[in-house]
Amino acid sequence: MSEPATSTAVSQSSAGQPTEASANQQAEPTFIPPTDIIETEQAIRMLLDMPGADPGTLDVTLERRVLTVSAHSISTAPQGYSLLYAEFRDGNYERRFVLSDEIDGDRIEAVLKDGVLRMTLPKASPSPAKKIPVKSD
Amino acid sequence: MLETYSSTGRRLDPVREMRRAQSDLNRFFGGLRFFPRPEFPLVNLWASTDGVIVTAEVPGVSPDDLDVAVHQNTVALRGTRNPEPLGEGVTVQRQERSKGQFSRNVVLPFRVDAERVSARFDRGVLTLELPRPEADKPHHIKVARA
Repeated sequence: MSEPATSTAVSQSSAGQPTEASANQQAEPTFIPPTDIIETEQAIRMLLDMPGADPGTLDVTLERRVLTVSAHSISTAPQGYSLLYAEFRDGNYERRFVLSDEIDGDRIEAVLKDGVLRMTLPKASPSPAKKIPVKSD
Repeated sequence: MLETYSSTGRRLDPVREMRRAQSDLNRFFGGLRFFPRPEFPLVNLWASTDGVIVTAEVPGVSPDDLDVAVHQNTVALRGTRNPEPLGEGVTVQRQERSKGQFSRNVVLPFRVDAERVSARFDRGVLTLELPRPEADKPHHIKVARA
């Protein structure tokens, strides 16, 4: 995917790398949810594919301009069955975004439905230009 | 179906790190890509002597848009992922989620009773329970000493 050099509303930081298993116990892997980002004049809309994510563990945090989304997925392993063929597995979702616009953190809406997290991040109204009085001696 | 590919999603992928390194290089060399598009939906297969359970990741697909067909030992999953409606004057900054029509056939290790198949959809994961016909189930044979 080509990254536009200018006017990128959201850029991804290097977070969300699959975590290394610790020495003894096998740590659960961390996955990066595929994301669509749609920007309008008033808001940034984000859609994250997080199938199987447990809404109880879903965590959306905005700190300064870094938006972090994380969730744990519910296990789909049925009782009494053995895994024959696998293309996906359980684990954690995590992704971090760096926002270039000021976001009104109080009005963020996030809805998790059918395994898709939909977020609307309203842009904060621009503060009026400030004039700085210059004193001369 | 998938316009852009990046190593997202919880696909079981032991060479994810290698691909990531490759994608970093590709970005450096102008976005050339050599790896295949990921399948949609991703499927897990569970088996026991009583039947098979197929789980598939179908995030954002409403159950009404899913078409599941079972014939003997084949399960066909078909459906459409509707793209997000875009209004006027919007800018798409990133598009990684696949969209459009999808279709996958899963061949099961044995025949299943299509009459008794149950399907469940929860949090973007479809779970199909496919029991084996009673006549097809393995019979336990008592071994007698001669």
